[in-house]
Amino acid sequence: MRAAPLSPQLAIALPVLGAASILLAWQYLLPLLGVPAYIVPTPTAISGVFQKNFALLMDNLRPTLIEALAGFVIGNLAAVLLAVLFVHSRILQAAYFPIVLFFNTIPILALSPIIILIFGLGMTPKIVIAAVICFFPTLVNMIRGLDSASDNEHELFRVLSATRWEIFWSLRLPRALPMLFSSLRIASATAVIGAIVGEWIGSDKGLGALIIQATFNYQSDRLYAAIVLSSCLSIALFCVVVLAERRAIKY
Amino acid sequence: MTIKRHADMVPNAIEASRLDVGYGGRIAAVKVLSGLDLTVEAGSFLSILGPSGCGKSTLLRVVADLLDPLGGTISVLGDTPHAVRSRRDVGFVFQDSTLLPWRTVRDNVRLPLGVGQGSLTRRIEDRSDELLELMGLAGFGERLPHQLSGGQRQRVAIARALLGQPKLLLMDEPFGALDEITRDRLNDELLNLWRRTGTTILFVTHSIAEAAYLGERVIVLAANPGRLVKDLDMRPLKQDGNRCTREDPAIVAAMAELRTALEQAS
Repeated sequence: MRAAPLSPQLAIALPVLGAASILLAWQYLLPLLGVPAYIVPTPTAISGVFQKNFALLMDNLRPTLIEALAGFVIGNLAAVLLAVLFVHSRILQAAYFPIVLFFNTIPILALSPIIILIFGLGMTPKIVIAAVICFFPTLVNMIRGLDSASDNEHELFRVLSATRWEIFWSLRLPRALPMLFSSLRIASATAVIGAIVGEWIGSDKGLGALIIQATFNYQSDRLYAAIVLSSCLSIALFCVVVLAERRAIKY
Repeated sequence: MTIKRHADMVPNAIEASRLDVGYGGRIAAVKVLSGLDLTVEAGSFLSILGPSGCGKSTLLRVVADLLDPLGGTISVLGDTPHAVRSRRDVGFVFQDSTLLPWRTVRDNVRLPLGVGQGSLTRRIEDRSDELLELMGLAGFGERLPHQLSGGQRQRVAIARALLGQPKLLLMDEPFGALDEITRDRLNDELLNLWRRTGTTILFVTHSIAEAAYLGERVIVLAANPGRLVKDLDMRPLKQDGNRCTREDPAIVAAMAELRTALEQAS
């Protein structure tokens, strides 16, 4: 039997309490248990970094934000365009889609050094890595989405003698939007991962670079602060996608 | 025997001769309909009954130019199915309403205005408000399809099919998923609509009662392969304007006759 749903007040209060309990335990219990601060700094120490080194954090957030955003836009746009091409040409899809799927099996970490070799050390390789990581899920989802209209819906448009363009614009595309947005939500997190991975491999700026530097210098409070900031960046991107989704899909 | 509704020479709505229909191309075809001869007068109401797989829906799809026949000939409104579809003289109502969930009710009804206009010579007017009112949906125009009941959604689908003022309305089990009360009400509304517009209606259904109540004529198709096994003229059993009650003994007797034919066809 399923439990009765929680009251709205409880539904908000319980996760807040849950998070607070973990933060409290982290703050007071871990030091008591003898976990050293260089492994797990307390929440107050981490928030202290946000006060003391705010400028440093923002300086490193900016390149990561730009790389993740640019990668997100370029990767998803390329995926959508290729999906449109594939659903309109079965021959192209049959010839190239398996190869695309094969590329998808290459771990992004293995691909990154090659991308850096090709594009050098600037922002470009990070954008490319973020774009590549966004590209595949969106391509696969978009192809499925564009093909998701029912037979009856296609027949309805044929009875009306709709053109290919009208079928695309008024049927395939709106049908694809829910699946597109579900992959954009995933991409909002993976784009940030892509940018950070790129910065690990070769950069002195960005949250990824900050994470590496802080690790090597045993500045664990700074390391944790960088992690929190990366996570905030993903959440912010995710929220933008969800807002856009609510505007685009009203049903 | 066919009695002409009009004295002048209006072409028949449908003339099919030795019609073969199937899927999978001419070589490896699975025949769904075989050697069907059928003439349907313009302006009439034809009910099509038959077991699953007898080709009822397939027949509608050939008439609507959604499927090419494998053999035989068919003319629709005195022309080829393709020409008739290009002129938008045919409307189609599916079993699931096939409303686009992202469009409002009004915009769903207006779909024929937005697509396929390029090949059209006549202008289609935006009669969406009038049609929504006709279908009892005044005030629902700004709703989204998921906010409607199943019966209301089917009304919207009919309004959409009527927007282009089709001469031929093809209905593929349009009320099959509705409860009986709603179905009966929509049956009456459909008959009123038919009397008012003079549109030829081909109505596919699983329900013997619905077929007998609606049709001026009921045909029964058998399966494997689909062929015509019964052709019942209901007009002698009904009053003027295809009017009858569901309890009329003559209608009940006709239903029993249709049931027998249907049982033999299955």
